[in-house]
Amino acid sequence: MSQKHYWTGLEDFKNPAQTQELSENEFREELPFDLSDSVLGSSTPRRDFLKFLGFSTLAATVVSSCEMPVRKAIPYAIKPEDIVPGVANYYASTFVDNGDYCAVIVKTRDGRPIKIEGNEMSSVTKGGTSARVQASVLNLYDKARLRFPGSPEAKDKSFVCKESTFDAIDKAIKDGLAGKAGYLVTCSIMSPTTKEVIAQFLAKYPNVKHVVYDNISYSAMLQANEATFGKRALPVYMFDKAQTVVSLGADFLGTWLSPVEFSKGYSAKRKVSAKNMNVSKHYQVESIHSITGASADVRATCKPSEIGSVAVALYNAITGKGTSSLPGKLGELVTKAAADLKKGNGLVVCGANDVPTQIVVNAINEAIGANGTTLNFGITSNYRQGIDKDFADMIDAMNGGQVGTLMMHGVNPVYDYCDSKKFTDAMAKVANTVYFGERMDETAVKCKYLVPDHNFLESWGDAEPRTGYFSLQQPGIAPLFKTRAFQDSLLTWAGATTSYMEMWKSYWTNKLGGSTNFDKALQDGVVEPAGEMAVSKVSFSEGAVADAIAKIGAKKSAGGTEVVVYQKVAIGYGGAWSNNPWLHEMPDPISKATWDNYLCVSPKMAKTLDAGLDGFTEVDSAKRVVTVTAANGAKVNLPVIVIPGMHNDVVAIAAGYGRIESVGRAAASSEEKGKVQGGKNAYPFAVYNGQTVENFNTVTIAKTAEKYDVAITQTHMSSEGRPTIHEFTLDEFKKNPKALLEERWAEIGEFTHQPTEEEGKESKEEKAMNAKAEEGYREHGTLYPNYEYNGIKWGLSVDLNACTGCGACIIGCQAENNVSVVGKDHVLKSHEMHWIRVDRYFSGKPDDPDSIQTIFQPLMCQHCDNAPCENVCPVSATNHSSEGLNQMAYNRCIGTKYCANNCPYKVRHFNWMDWNGADCFGDNIYEDNRRDDINDDLTRMVLNPDVTVRSRGVMEKCSFCVQRLQEAKLTAKKAGRAMKDGEARTACQQACPTDAIVFGNMNDNSSAIYKTRREEQMERTFYVLEHIHVLPNVNYLAKVRNTEESIMNDEKKNEFFSEHI
Amino acid sequence: MTETILQLFRNCSRSVFALFIAILLFNQSATAAPDGKALFTSNCAACHNPLKDATGPALKDIDKTFPSKEWGYKWVNNSQALVTAGDKDAVAIFNKFNKIPMTAFPSLSHEDIDAILKYVDEFKDPNAKKPGTETPVEAKSNSSIYTWITLGLIVIAIGMWRLSSTLRKSANDKSGIPNYKDIPLGRNKVVIAMVVILGFIFVGYWITNGAINEGRQQNYQPVQPIFYSHKVHAGINQINCQYCHAGAEKSKQAMIPSVNVCMNCHKQINEYSGAADHPLVTTEGKTVNGTEEIKKLYAAAGWDPTAKAYIKDEKGNIKTQKVEWVKIHNLPDHVYFNHSQHVKVGKVQCQQCHGEITEMDEVYQFAPLSMGWCVNCHRQTGVQFDNGYYNNVYKKYHEEMKSGARTKVTVDDIGGTECQKCHY
Repeated sequence: MSQKHYWTGLEDFKNPAQTQELSENEFREELPFDLSDSVLGSSTPRRDFLKFLGFSTLAATVVSSCEMPVRKAIPYAIKPEDIVPGVANYYASTFVDNGDYCAVIVKTRDGRPIKIEGNEMSSVTKGGTSARVQASVLNLYDKARLRFPGSPEAKDKSFVCKESTFDAIDKAIKDGLAGKAGYLVTCSIMSPTTKEVIAQFLAKYPNVKHVVYDNISYSAMLQANEATFGKRALPVYMFDKAQTVVSLGADFLGTWLSPVEFSKGYSAKRKVSAKNMNVSKHYQVESIHSITGASADVRATCKPSEIGSVAVALYNAITGKGTSSLPGKLGELVTKAAADLKKGNGLVVCGANDVPTQIVVNAINEAIGANGTTLNFGITSNYRQGIDKDFADMIDAMNGGQVGTLMMHGVNPVYDYCDSKKFTDAMAKVANTVYFGERMDETAVKCKYLVPDHNFLESWGDAEPRTGYFSLQQPGIAPLFKTRAFQDSLLTWAGATTSYMEMWKSYWTNKLGGSTNFDKALQDGVVEPAGEMAVSKVSFSEGAVADAIAKIGAKKSAGGTEVVVYQKVAIGYGGAWSNNPWLHEMPDPISKATWDNYLCVSPKMAKTLDAGLDGFTEVDSAKRVVTVTAANGAKVNLPVIVIPGMHNDVVAIAAGYGRIESVGRAAASSEEKGKVQGGKNAYPFAVYNGQTVENFNTVTIAKTAEKYDVAITQTHMSSEGRPTIHEFTLDEFKKNPKALLEERWAEIGEFTHQPTEEEGKESKEEKAMNAKAEEGYREHGTLYPNYEYNGIKWGLSVDLNACTGCGACIIGCQAENNVSVVGKDHVLKSHEMHWIRVDRYFSGKPDDPDSIQTIFQPLMCQHCDNAPCENVCPVSATNHSSEGLNQMAYNRCIGTKYCANNCPYKVRHFNWMDWNGADCFGDNIYEDNRRDDINDDLTRMVLNPDVTVRSRGVMEKCSFCVQRLQEAKLTAKKAGRAMKDGEARTACQQACPTDAIVFGNMNDNSSAIYKTRREEQMERTFYVLEHIHVLPNVNYLAKVRNTEESIMNDEKKNEFFSEHI
Repeated sequence: MTETILQLFRNCSRSVFALFIAILLFNQSATAAPDGKALFTSNCAACHNPLKDATGPALKDIDKTFPSKEWGYKWVNNSQALVTAGDKDAVAIFNKFNKIPMTAFPSLSHEDIDAILKYVDEFKDPNAKKPGTETPVEAKSNSSIYTWITLGLIVIAIGMWRLSSTLRKSANDKSGIPNYKDIPLGRNKVVIAMVVILGFIFVGYWITNGAINEGRQQNYQPVQPIFYSHKVHAGINQINCQYCHAGAEKSKQAMIPSVNVCMNCHKQINEYSGAADHPLVTTEGKTVNGTEEIKKLYAAAGWDPTAKAYIKDEKGNIKTQKVEWVKIHNLPDHVYFNHSQHVKVGKVQCQQCHGEITEMDEVYQFAPLSMGWCVNCHRQTGVQFDNGYYNNVYKKYHEEMKSGARTKVTVDDIGGTECQKCHY
């Protein structure tokens, strides 16, 4: 059997009765169902009925006597030629956020950006996006953005910007720069023109120094690369060439360096089929549970302080120079990984910000021949350039009183520097502090002048993610506020007469040789060398390795519990993301929690902490609050969340939370209901070790009596343990590729009416599903007549092998379909509205983190051809289209919720409240403070005008992005040609960085979806709950894990689990 | 007791019978041959006026000019076939009307064509009403006859019922059976029940109808900030609709033209000179000075007619003012309507939904824009099945078309009445 025992959390064994009850109740709240026998004795007696009747009659009468409002239509005075109202324009641009990069296409409607897509012309990100890239369009309309230049002013316990003019500030800063030495602190800058602007500025003011500060530091890698490969740069990691990937604590699919780029490359090597079993093998050693760990074939855990010794052990195992002495599974993993790496085409990446460790990793890569094959130092990546020591030195200089001016762009050290207090004190000694940040954040309130920069969607610019690979940035909208490009500020202060835009344009026109080439580059968005990327080997100097190994050996682990400051896939390092309601409500892929940060602990540690620590099972949303204290004095109170797969001596806290009030309503850790909402700042737990900032620390944990509600979606929309996933090991799949087809046959074969025996002779038919049997099942599995789909038949396929659980689809869908944000209180009530959710299942033994295997399954409406929801709707608000879509007519829905009750996949969502003021009643809108900015007039500009904003009391669900399908058909019809395959794409498909989703017309034999389902991936194709004959139009491709370990499909699972928990 | 009930039942059944007859009579008028008027407005009105020559000839009594009835059918079903075949009459009429080919209507049956011809032949100029001619028109109306007949029958039924009960009473008197006391009409349970039921039905109908029509505004004709006459522009001066409403072919919105589009012509045309032939008069009867209206346009466009130049501010931007047109055609937010789908792909004439716009000085909402109206058209209208888009889809329909089993593929056939074609 290909079905393991999967569990969503400890509640599945710890508290099965309550979990069962929860999952049986489609709706969490008490519904006013009247079950009394007599009509008159019921709580809604006849009199009330008559009252309601009278009221509705009156209401109808009143409404029908209302006059229609007079609507005005104001045309352009002079219409821009390229804008047609009602038709979207697309502009190629570049998403840059600190060191994060993505080539994007900006969709604008009537002059406002409403959606971001990946740019497929880029050979770096290849059209992929991440949840953050998808959500970046909402940051443009963030109400908390600074709207004019000025200076911070305290007001009502918070801060506002006291307006000033650019001229006044310019004068003050020029005067200041003429005096004492200054510092310009920026995030890593990938833009060649911005670098030129900075060079111009520094030339004018030679007493100013430029320091690069990365909030999430990669300083150790830069330094190690300089020491061993002679380049203070990051290489290009070629995951698409790597047969063996070993990651030591690097979450390269979620948050490490350039996840979109790596996901694209990595997934290309992970797509298995019966014809191509050549997939990469991925080993992951980590201390917390990341989505990269979930995708790994073999995974083991270690403490963050031990990553160095794991690297040394791996180095030793490969070179045979020393002996490895790692215990248990970790030791096994190292041995196996070393053997695989030695076969060639290996790649080792490491997330530790520790120079000796990174030197050893470089030595491993050199030893396995990765240098020049999977690791390209010939062309380098420019994502991160900050050296931690430069910043620390700058603080010392500031403390010494030598600094007169401090200018900060794209950084927020008061919030995210590990020793914030030291920096803040040093700042107080600087006379002129200038901040280019876009909001009144922690650093802004401590600065003297605020000169807000544009949002990236309002900016001209460029980026050079890889040396020689350029990407241009053009605005999708004119600046919304009185802001000025950072580069323009520098140019003004440097006394330049040209604007940045002019300079940028002439730079590129010259570089590309003429305006025709420039126009084409601007249209394409990228300028890249032709052909495959040139890969070259650089010389490696062995010198530093022995010393590094010695240093790692000398480093004694302090013992005890260690805390890791990690980044969530959604919120990342903080910044503007902390105030993005879409990202706050996106369930974290692993913890499934929303709106908060918390202390992640392993089940075993939760048990040792136990003794009355009763809030840790997942059923109860009230979590026990503990106090975490570190040696460096950092201390927070946070609720405890149990994450299987965490190392037993490691706890973790996400960065990006605990912001001050003026950062924005969603971000603020405000006092509400007597408790601090919105999490705590984790950065103080990081430590500067004299060379680099390390993101872990030794801590002690103490219980408190407090409890705190965390909104976790884990137990929502449960499939109640029904078999929804099929998983194989690669060996199993190799042995019998048809295993899944046989399993499916065993279940539904007898309903397919396929001849198993011919008269007089033995059957030659295989007892396995095939296309014909599938058709047979469709036709004969029911008493009803078969509907013939004459035109288009839409279908969608999700590859569980490719899905990394990153959540880009969730946010892509949210942006495309105006999906409402409901806020924490309603997530607690299971009212979240996401049309696509990514279910996460664990298997393995809860208290052995190394045994945990995690799998993701994105679930959207399955568009069943025999849909159970359609049959029960009393008003036929949900019904089937001739193209196989399960349609939902909102204006017809009366909110009985029968459909949601009858949906076996639990993908329907009810609008319990007026989330966005869509209905016509005044004062009806739901407000909860943290999410409310989403309904601001400014923020509403992000809404897609082609999709209805749903009002209270109606059901909604995935529509297969019907507006896109209609548009694709219309485009083809207008051109009088056939619709091409891939012309109609769903938002989730387009957002996916691993191409896990395939969508198209099943009636077209040449379409990708047809080929996937019927030809290339027939052996892995399955439908969730196929046996109930709902005939879904969404199929999944079974997960094939490249691991020898037999997956856990023990029949006696209950005994097994009682033993382990 | 049983007898009372029986009596009640008998009385009831009689009234029910009377009602039944009445309903039957009403129904008769509803079952009729093809509706000539509806067919005319949906198919012909875009190019033909019954009384006047328009794009095509006036249609009243046109059938009398046909060489034969069959010729008429052929012409309507495919006029170009006749023209290319060299039919003398056909060529003559084709040449007379500027060689604009008439759209072929293969879907119209002979009965349909007859109904249209009957309608146009009987068409009377609504403006040319003369006293005295009105009465026969009234008398011709079927429904009023039926109303009178029904009312008469009801009166007779009530009379008969009273008569029979009086007779029964006297018969009872004679045979000595005691009579029940006559219940006054106001307390008669049957009457009360009937009144309540009828009241419920009528009030229900009224409320439902009111609710359904909520938000609809057929014939809505607001006053616009500039008296812009579509008749002068699109009618008399024959400007193509899409010259100004350029979005109709490209976008979901037909687009109100921007002022710079107006100025393409109005830089030259600075006065209204057609007042003698066509004076501009508002619906209220007020005469409008066209030249003054053009001046309003100049103010909005920032145009100085004497200097013949745009008025610019210090930055070189033209000083424009916004024109706040009143939107006439409004759809609810949950309706997705795309002009290009209909105009470019469906090749639907503007007039089909917007009415005889070339005759309107002030535009009003011609169609109800109700869902029933949309769906009805989707059910009847054939799609342009020769569009290349359909080459590889709907194989079944292609086969049926080839074999002749099907003459057209309606919008409904390709799913055009499904919810998510317009609601998403």
